[in-house]
Amino acid sequence: MSKAPLLEMKNIKKDFFGNQVLSDINLTIEEGEVVGLCGENGAGKSTLMKILFGADVIRETGGYGGDIILDSQKVSFQSPFDAIAAGIGMVHQEFSLIPGFTATENILLNRESKKKSVLSDLFSDRMDTLDRKDMDRRAIESIEKMGVTIDKNMLISNMPVGHKQFTEIARELSKEQLKLLILDEPTAVLTEKEAEALLDSIRGMSKRGIAVIFITHRLGEILAVCDKVVTMRDGYVVNESATKDTSVQDITKWMVGRDVADSDVAYVTEDTGADKNIIMSIKNLWVDMPGETVRNVSLDVREGEILGIGGLAGQGKLGIPNGVMGLYHSGGTVTFEGKDIPLNNPRKCLDSSFAFVSEDRRGVGLLLDESLEWNVSFPAMQIQDKFLKKYFGGLLKWRDDAAIREVTDKYIEEFKIKCTGSTQKAKELSGGNQQKICLAKAFALEPKLLFVSEPTRGIDVGAKALVLDALKKFNKEQGVTIVMVSSELEELRRTCDRIAIVSGGKVAGILPAGEQLEKFGELMLKNC
Amino acid sequence: MTEKTNTITLSDRVKDIAKDFGLPRLIITGFLVLLLVVSPFVGADLPTQISNIINRFSWNGILVLAMVPMVHSGCGLNFGLPLGIISGLLGATLSIELGFSGAFSFLMAILLATPFALVFGCIYGWLLNKIKGGEMMIATYVGFSSVSLMCMMWLLLPYHSPNMVWGMAGKGLRTTISLEGYYTQALAKILQINIGNLSIPTGSILFFALLAFGMWAFLHTKTGTAMTAVGSNPEFARSSGVNVDKIRLISVVMSTWLAAIGILVYEQGFGFIQLYMAPFYMALPAVSAILIGGASVNKASVMNVIIGTILFQGIVTMTPTVMNNMIHLDMSEVIRIIVSNGMILYALTRKTEETK
Amino acid sequence: MNKINYSDYLRRFSVPLMFVIICAVCAPISGLSPSYLCNEIVTRMGRNAFLILSLLIPIMAGMGLNFSMTLGAMAGEIGLILVSDWQIVGIPGMILAMIVSVPISALLGLFCGKVLNMAKGREMITSYIISFFINGIYQLIVLYLMGPVIPIKHSNIKLPRGYGIRNTVSLLSMRQKLDNLIPLNIGGVKIPVATFIIIFLLCLVIIWFRKTKLGQDMRAVGQDMGVARDSGIDVERTRIISMVLSTVFAGIGMIIYLQNMGNIATYSSHSQIGMFCIAALLVGGASVEKASIGNVFLGIILFHTMFIVAPKAGTVITGDSMIGEYFRVFVSYAVITVALIMYETNKRKNKSKAGEQLALAQEEANE
Repeated sequence: MSKAPLLEMKNIKKDFFGNQVLSDINLTIEEGEVVGLCGENGAGKSTLMKILFGADVIRETGGYGGDIILDSQKVSFQSPFDAIAAGIGMVHQEFSLIPGFTATENILLNRESKKKSVLSDLFSDRMDTLDRKDMDRRAIESIEKMGVTIDKNMLISNMPVGHKQFTEIARELSKEQLKLLILDEPTAVLTEKEAEALLDSIRGMSKRGIAVIFITHRLGEILAVCDKVVTMRDGYVVNESATKDTSVQDITKWMVGRDVADSDVAYVTEDTGADKNIIMSIKNLWVDMPGETVRNVSLDVREGEILGIGGLAGQGKLGIPNGVMGLYHSGGTVTFEGKDIPLNNPRKCLDSSFAFVSEDRRGVGLLLDESLEWNVSFPAMQIQDKFLKKYFGGLLKWRDDAAIREVTDKYIEEFKIKCTGSTQKAKELSGGNQQKICLAKAFALEPKLLFVSEPTRGIDVGAKALVLDALKKFNKEQGVTIVMVSSELEELRRTCDRIAIVSGGKVAGILPAGEQLEKFGELMLKNC
Repeated sequence: MTEKTNTITLSDRVKDIAKDFGLPRLIITGFLVLLLVVSPFVGADLPTQISNIINRFSWNGILVLAMVPMVHSGCGLNFGLPLGIISGLLGATLSIELGFSGAFSFLMAILLATPFALVFGCIYGWLLNKIKGGEMMIATYVGFSSVSLMCMMWLLLPYHSPNMVWGMAGKGLRTTISLEGYYTQALAKILQINIGNLSIPTGSILFFALLAFGMWAFLHTKTGTAMTAVGSNPEFARSSGVNVDKIRLISVVMSTWLAAIGILVYEQGFGFIQLYMAPFYMALPAVSAILIGGASVNKASVMNVIIGTILFQGIVTMTPTVMNNMIHLDMSEVIRIIVSNGMILYALTRKTEETK
Repeated sequence: MNKINYSDYLRRFSVPLMFVIICAVCAPISGLSPSYLCNEIVTRMGRNAFLILSLLIPIMAGMGLNFSMTLGAMAGEIGLILVSDWQIVGIPGMILAMIVSVPISALLGLFCGKVLNMAKGREMITSYIISFFINGIYQLIVLYLMGPVIPIKHSNIKLPRGYGIRNTVSLLSMRQKLDNLIPLNIGGVKIPVATFIIIFLLCLVIIWFRKTKLGQDMRAVGQDMGVARDSGIDVERTRIISMVLSTVFAGIGMIIYLQNMGNIATYSSHSQIGMFCIAALLVGGASVEKASIGNVFLGIILFHTMFIVAPKAGTVITGDSMIGEYFRVFVSYAVITVALIMYETNKRKNKSKAGEQLALAQEEANE
């Protein structure tokens, strides 16, 4: 303990509108240390990094509790720019690059080398001319620091994905003051070789005294490069150990493990429905959904069951319902009750009595500017000609507002939707109530097969329970087959009969819902 | 307790309405009311003024109504209105060329304009489906291009009717064609009411009411509901099995057809067919009228059309007379330009209407 | 890869190519002598180049075609009207007019930039409507306020009623003063050397500007506002500056344009200028997101050749002079329409291309 650590985070707490997402986080990083940070989605990794990086969203949602001490000084960043000035760099999952600029221009974006010009004194230093030579020099320097070769004159738009990632890292390295670099899943888009090169460069940075926080789902990489691994779960740090003392199995266990006290719920522990009819069969499905690519998925859904699809974010679980329902470009075959369902055609799916509750509630799920009545009744009206009065032998199909009100009121009561009435606009409702409207919309279609995607994302505990109960009830009473996609494994285990785990765009395996957590954890990380 | 919540919601409602109404609209309404109040004092004849407004409402109402379908389907404001107007002009000139006369020529003009409107509307709609997100700018220039193309066509097409072509050359249509003997006042004369200086073109207004009712009814049908949903959230509509492109196409065709009918009604009121560059800027008054009436880039109702047309035409007709009588200064044209374009600017820059 | 480049080139140069063909067909038919044509094109080059160059900066900043360059044109006209009332003649008059116009242009540019920042994603339609809106204000000032509020002494530019400006204001005292400052005549073609020097200087300024920090920022903002903002560039301010610069240059360009014409059509000179400048730029091979100085000059040559020969050729072919007139108006609008459509479809194509590539890779993996 001769030297103070580079960074100390003490008792960090954060809640989003009363919803505790981080509790008492303590984290210490020495100079030049490489720390692996792992945990399931929603464990709080990103929130913690956002706090460290001074993201606007943290401040806008009421700040955080606890202290951050950098170089023995207490800091509180008002914006990412403050964090950068203090020597913290972050490479986000989404690229922040200008496509028409060269690597050099991107590396030095808004930090270009400048020469004074005649007009700079007259106006401002923005009239300085760029010193291209010096820029090239600095770019080469930072690329060399990284230890991976990329062409400094290549346009970003012509680069393979891996090189884009390296350009971002080089940008951070070009900042003289950099002391701590946060890498958020940097290897997700890289080929094996590139990932290897990146790990090398991380080792190089560490030798230069730059500390690295390395977030990844690829546990092998953590073991290969980190000094220390920190595992988070449900907003707590559950384990912190030196890498040499741990193994992939250990980390997996920490990531998915739950407290024993919680497990008083009855799980379906055995695969009891093997003799049931196959109602839908998906074969060789690929879906081009950005960020949720699906590759070669084959999956059978049994009549009357609730099938869960789980897995980490970005692994492709969301792509499956979106692809089958025709919302994203897809290929392969889907058979339902023995009939082929054409892909890329939402109408055909709906005609075959499918329904879909999208994870993108505000973007796809709702007509935000319209009344609840419209939201609930619209698909059923368009697909099944419900809630219409027909005149002139069906030539004129008149909207039956009374019937629409009746059905909306029914669901408002059934789901205890908090609203001023059935004519309130959907955008005025809270997230949980919006989700209930989405369910009502799907139920009104009286489907045979219901896809539900992330039904509890971003809603409060009470609404969560109600939504899940409604799904179970719908399944039991009406015999509707449900395919439920969720990032929350525990929620799937409590609701479903079987759970398919998607990893790397493929089905890594299907387990009965009550199977041991470790088994699920292994599947989740299988193809990452 | 319940009473209290009720009052709160009521006052909120009032506030909401005031907010929805918008400041520019409030100013314009106030201005028009002021004009109406002032006019008798400066020596303008109020009944004449009012019948002017009603008349001009009857001429322009349908052109403004033509905005509604495209706004509903999310295609934005139809700056390409001139395309529909051209279909109407083709119908009008063909009807005369084929020798129809009197009120019957009006009916024929509508019938002849319809196929043009449908074909042009389909092409235009197909194009707009290719360029979702950039509709308004391209619509503007599609309108301009078609008007300038037709300028050549009016000269080149083999029209022969002596009432329409240049007397000397014997070919090429005139810039202005009188409808005397054809369908001038064809609708206005039906059941016309004259009380002193007040004259109401009942027929024209009934015709507008018919189409407006048709529009209102359409928006209550299954397809109309789908149209509104497409405009409100195309992704939602698509995931609900609606063919978004088809609905948008229908809306464009409807808008184009209404524009064609609209210009014919305008002509019967005005008494002349105006060719060549006349349709060029016809979209702007219609666009600003519906905006003044309370519509936004993606929401519009039949009520917006009626209110907007009355307000807009009210200002256009009242300002010159009142101003002239008051300060002997005719600033109406300038005021019209500033008000109408200012209104469009206001609508375009409102944050809430940001498209994705 | 080569094949893709070919078709890419073909698409980029399809508009200029089409115009080369139109000009090549119409020029002989029109019966105009080559020397007359040369003279005309050189004159028009001097007249328009500065104006068209003013469009380049907003394109660089990703704000598309600046339909509100008419704002600058109006500012230039106000400058000229005032200067001709003060009876300052010749080059000093022009310079004074420019000095008067610059603050007005800057103010209008500021307004325009602010409004466009509120209408991101629909800059073009908004800038187009702004030009109409400001035209109303301009008329208010010139038609009603000039006289009673802004003192105008000389009755030869005032309307007979005592206030407001006449439909045409003569600039006889400045007419082609700049063009003829350094007289040069090569083979019967009169060359406005001084004007060309100024245009050349502006080109240099624009080239230099691209190399400045501000120019780099504008390019960054133009390509991706989000990334630029994340890197600390003040996006809004940068966009406003680009509008201000464009408007100021347009104002100066209008003064050069009008000194060549020799008179101001007070209420119509500016109204079409935006459209013709944009059309010329597009004819030169520019697109909504990319334009170079080369596009400007190629555009002027092709567009104005068409402009000169089309009416004559039209008269010869159909016997009606109006056909050609209408034809060139139609072509101007059609060119802009096509450019806009290409811009929008490209935007969509780029999006779907990314998706298709992914799908293809997966399919390969599936096999």
